[in-house]
Amino acid sequence: MSQVRADLSQEHNLMEDKISHLPVLRFGEVYKSLDTNDLGKVLKSGARLEVSVANAGIIRRDKLLIEKGREALRAIPTDTLLSYAEKAADIYLDGELPFGIDDETQGVADYVNALSELTGLPHSLCRSNMFKVAAALQNIRSVLAGLTRGLPPELFDNGCARLGDIDINFYPMADSLGVTLPSNSPGVNSLWLPALVMKTPVFLKPGREDPLTPYRIIQAMIQAGFPKEAFGFYPTTHEGGDAMLLSCGRGIVFGSDATVKKYSKYSNIQVHGTGRSKVLIGEDMANEWGKHLDVMVESVAANGGRSCINASSVMVPSHFEEISNAMAKKLAGVEPKSRDDKDALLCGFANADFAKAMNEAIDDALKTPGAIDLTAKYRKGPRLVEKHGQTFLCPTLIACSDPDHPLANTEYMFPFVSVVERPQSEMLDAIGSTLVVSAVTEDEDWMRDLMASPDIDRLNLGSVPTNWVQWEQPHEGNLFEFLYRRRAIQSKTLKIA
Amino acid sequence: MTQAKDITNAADAAKERLDQYTQEMVQWHFSPETGCPYWLEWAKEADWNPLTEVSGFADLMQFENFDDEVLRDTDPAQFIPAAFKDKPYNVFETGGTTGMPKQRIGWEDYKVDYSEFSDFYSDDFFPKGSSWLMVGPTGPRRLRLAIEHLANVRGGACYFIDLDPRWVKRLIRDGEYDMARKYKEHVVEQAVTILKGRKIGCVFTTPTILEALAERISIPQAGIKGVFVGGTTMTPQYVRFLIEEVLEGKVNFAPTYGNTLMGLAISRPLSVEDNYSLTYYAPQPRAVLRIVDPKDSSKGVEYDSYGRVELTTMTKEFFMPRFLERDEAIRRRPCDLFPWDGVGDVRPFESTKKKVIEGVY
Repeated sequence: MSQVRADLSQEHNLMEDKISHLPVLRFGEVYKSLDTNDLGKVLKSGARLEVSVANAGIIRRDKLLIEKGREALRAIPTDTLLSYAEKAADIYLDGELPFGIDDETQGVADYVNALSELTGLPHSLCRSNMFKVAAALQNIRSVLAGLTRGLPPELFDNGCARLGDIDINFYPMADSLGVTLPSNSPGVNSLWLPALVMKTPVFLKPGREDPLTPYRIIQAMIQAGFPKEAFGFYPTTHEGGDAMLLSCGRGIVFGSDATVKKYSKYSNIQVHGTGRSKVLIGEDMANEWGKHLDVMVESVAANGGRSCINASSVMVPSHFEEISNAMAKKLAGVEPKSRDDKDALLCGFANADFAKAMNEAIDDALKTPGAIDLTAKYRKGPRLVEKHGQTFLCPTLIACSDPDHPLANTEYMFPFVSVVERPQSEMLDAIGSTLVVSAVTEDEDWMRDLMASPDIDRLNLGSVPTNWVQWEQPHEGNLFEFLYRRRAIQSKTLKIA
Repeated sequence: MTQAKDITNAADAAKERLDQYTQEMVQWHFSPETGCPYWLEWAKEADWNPLTEVSGFADLMQFENFDDEVLRDTDPAQFIPAAFKDKPYNVFETGGTTGMPKQRIGWEDYKVDYSEFSDFYSDDFFPKGSSWLMVGPTGPRRLRLAIEHLANVRGGACYFIDLDPRWVKRLIRDGEYDMARKYKEHVVEQAVTILKGRKIGCVFTTPTILEALAERISIPQAGIKGVFVGGTTMTPQYVRFLIEEVLEGKVNFAPTYGNTLMGLAISRPLSVEDNYSLTYYAPQPRAVLRIVDPKDSSKGVEYDSYGRVELTTMTKEFFMPRFLERDEAIRRRPCDLFPWDGVGDVRPFESTKKKVIEGVY
C-alpha cells in the first residue's frame, strides 16, 4: 500500500471514530450522560451523532431546583422576552449554533441534512417546518395575544392587568412545563415556545429521531437573550418521560390512543393523541367540489402527511365517485423523490419495518368488504416503495362505500385518507373526536352546529386546508389557560393594575 | 509485569482452593451421613456418581442446570443435611416471586456471608457502633436477618421499614402506576421519619428508594456515612448519578449483587478507569458466578463479553449447582482483591430484547 493510500485509510479510520455528542441540558448547562443513543452517521462531517440519555432521577432532581429557572425568567420584563423571541427566529433560521460539546457548532445546512437523515423528511419539508417554527417565534406577540385574548403582556410581569374598568389577576398554575415531543414533524415544537414568554421554564424530552430541533431552538433562544436556566433538554427513556410529565406542574405529551388512555386521568397533563382531522363538504358546496379539490388534497398531503392536522378523512354528502377519483388521481401524482429534491413532498421512513407494518395493516383492513384503495389504479407501482435509498409509502386514498369501514376513520403517518359519503345531517354525529375540521360550507345553520360541536378542537370554516395556521388562534388547547388561572381580585383602597 | 504475575498466582491459588472446596462440599452433600434427602435421592437416579467423579469445580459441569422450581415444589425439609437434622432452621423466601414462593432453608450461612461482607469494609466506611436503617424487603427474607446481623457485628442496632416487592410487581404488572408511586411514597415517608427521629449512620436500601429518599432529604446532612444498596440494575450512568448527586459525593457507597440463593457479591471499589461500571465478585468458594453462553451454559463466554449469569452455591447448609439466574452480565477479569472472575454491568436477562418489571425493588 502506498503512503498516500495508507494516510487516506488512516484518515478514514479516524473519521469512523469521530463522534459528535448532543448532551443533556440542565438549566441550560451541558451534561454528558454515560448512557447514550447512537443515531448513526447523519452529520455532514461524517461523524456519528451520539445523544446523551438522561436517567429519570436527574429530571426529578432538577425539578426540585426549578425556582432558579423561574427566577431567571421573572427578572426579565415580558416585553423584552417577546423581543428575544422575535430575534430568536432569525438565529434559529440562519445561525451557526452551539451543538454538542467541546465548542462544536452546527450550521443550518448540516441541521437540515441531519434532520432529513433522521426523520425521513425531505430537505424541502425540513425547511418548511423550520419556517413554521421561526414564524411562531416571529409572530410571538400575535400568538400571545391569541392565547390571552388580547390581555397586555405586562400581565406576566405583575400578575395583574386592567381591562376597561375591571382589574384582572392571573396566577401561574405550573412552576414548569414538561413536554415529551414526537419525531414526526419538527414544526410541533412551535407549541411550547409561548411558555417561555409566559415565564414558565420548560423541560423537553425530544423524540428519539429529532433531538436536533428542540436543541437548536433552545440555543437560538439563549443566544437571543433568554436565560439558559429556563431550559431543560432531556433525551431520556419512557421512565424519564413519565418522570417529567408527572413532576412538572403541567405536562404535554404526544402519542397514540394508548398514550391518551394512559394519561387521561391526570388533569395536569394535556395529551395530544391521534388527530383524525377531517374535511367536511357541505351540501351547499357539493356541486362545486372541483373548486375545493386542491384544498382537500393539500389537507391530506401537506408536510408529507406527517402532521396530526393533516386530513385523514373527507366526508362528502354526494358526488362520492367523482370526488374520490379526482382526489386519488391527484394524490397518486405525488411520487417519491430524493431527499434533496426541491420538489419532494413525500417523507421516507427512518424505520423501514414500521412502513412495512403499516402497509400490511392497510392491506389486511382492505380484506373487510366496503373499501378499496382507489389510488392503486392511478399509481405507477405498489404503495410501499424502496427508492432513493429510502422506504416510502405512496399517498393512499381509500374510498369507503361502507361509511363504518375500519379504515374510514384511521390515521397513518403519510398521506392517507378515506373518503366517505354521508348526509350532511349525519356528519357531526359520525366524526368522533377530531383535531381539525375544515368545513367547506356557507350554510349558516350548519356552521352554528359545527361551532357547537364538542368533538372539534379547531374549526376552519370555508375552503381552507386543515393544516392552515392562524397565529391568533390557539392550537390544540390554549397554553395560557393551561398554565395560568384567573382569580377574583378586589380592593377598596389599593390600585391593583 | 510483576503485578500481573501476582494476580495470576493468586488466581491459580484461588482456583486450587475452589477445586478442593468443591470436592469437600460434594462429599458432604452426597454422603448419607451428612447429605440431605433431596440430593441423596437425586444421586440414586443419576447415571453418574458425584462422590467419585467430582474432584474439582469443572466436574460440576456434569450436573444439569439447577431448576429453581424445585425450591417451589419441594418440601424444604428435603434439603436438611443429615448433619443438621435436629437443629432448628430458618425458612427464607426469594424476593419478588409471586404464587407459591421459592424457599431456601438455612442456619448460619447468612451470618457467614454478612460477617465476611463486614470484614471487607473499613471501620469508617460503615462507622462502627452506628445504627442502621434497612428500607427493603423484610418478611420471610434472608436479607432482613442478614442486615441486622451486619449492624450487630459492627456494634450497632438496625431499624426496619418493610417494602413488599411482590405487591410492587403486581401493581406494575397491572398498570397501577399511581398506586405503585403511592406505595413508594408511603415507604419513603416512613424512612424519612426514622431518619429524622433517630441517629442513623448507615442505610441499606434499593437504589430507587435511595433516590426517592434523597428527593426528600439530603442524605449526608441526615448524618448518613455509608449506604449499602442492592436489588436492581445499575448502569454506569445510574451509579454515577447516585454517587455524585444522590449521595452528593460525600457518602460511602457499597453496591452489591445478591439474592437469597447466593448470598452477596461485593463490588470492586471503583477506579477512574471503570468509568462507573460496576464489577461484582461472588463470595467464592461458597458461591461461584460464571458468565455463560445463553445457548450452551456449559460454555463460558470470553472476557469483556455479555453472557447469562450462572450461580453455583456450595455451603454445608445448601448445595445448588449451576443455577441460571434471570440476569446477564459482562465477564470481567480477576483483580487483586478478588482473584477470580467478576461479573460486570448486571442487567435482567435479555432486557435489551424484552420489557422487564423491576419497579422499586
